Amino acid sequence: MIRWWRRRRRALVCRDAVALMTAYLDGALPARDRARLEAHLAGCPHCTEYLAQLRVTVATLGSVELDDLSDDAVDDLIELYRRWRQG
Amino acid sequence: MSIDVDDDAPLVERLRAGDEAAFGELVRRYQPRLLRLAEMTVGSRAVAEEVCQDTWLAVMRGVERFESRSSFKTWLFRILLNRARTSFSREQRAGQPDEDVVERFDANGAWAEPPVPWADRVDDRVVAEILARRVRDLLPTLPDQQRQVVLLHDVEGLEPAEIAALLGISDGNQRVLLHRGRARLRSLLAAELDGER
Repeated sequence: MIRWWRRRRRALVCRDAVALMTAYLDGALPARDRARLEAHLAGCPHCTEYLAQLRVTVATLGSVELDDLSDDAVDDLIELYRRWRQG
Repeated sequence: MSIDVDDDAPLVERLRAGDEAAFGELVRRYQPRLLRLAEMTVGSRAVAEEVCQDTWLAVMRGVERFESRSSFKTWLFRILLNRARTSFSREQRAGQPDEDVVERFDANGAWAEPPVPWADRVDDRVVAEILARRVRDLLPTLPDQQRQVVLLHDVEGLEPAEIAALLGISDGNQRVLLHRGRARLRSLLAAELDGER
């Protein structure tokens, strides 16, 4: 009976699972919470999809590329520096 | 592009002495990253270029007073984010609701409106490219603090400790802001994909 109650208490609802996902994705979740979240995910397709969408969101942010810097852009800023030094 | 921030110190020393070549080297190192940060803050390339120019002017004026307690990079990003925020007119954000995205749960904490599946569609290269293009435009619509944390963490790849120092917030606060920012962006991307169907 006590064991059953403890298990019940440890089970996450979806709202709690979502709240843990950012820390989970960043590897910052304590082992105990990680195990609880993974147990929830194993039985919840909605939270699994939500986590997958968060992963895509983070990956998309990481894929924003840097534009090449033109020589003109560098020259313009150096010219700004010269003018400031003289000013 | 990774930058060894320890390499900045000699350049900063030379810049203090008025060395133009050192200034040029710092520009080559950081201008592409400043431009990306600024553009994703203000949502306009032209405004972003002005913000970068203002930032470099502030560096010229302030480098003598710059104390090496924080890294040059942290100092530089802080200047840029402050300038980008003030130059982004409030009117552009008018109509953007500032409340958080609240995912819909019932009284028991289960999904009331489960997410519509789309994550596996991103395996399609075309869909991935659509999202990568749109995210530049969507980031400026996030509330200030959420946007800054998302930019520094997920785009720039800064460590939480660096971000905390830069923005003057706690680790816990940072994680909350990151979570809210990602959740909001997720829902914006979901809306984008809905329109592409």
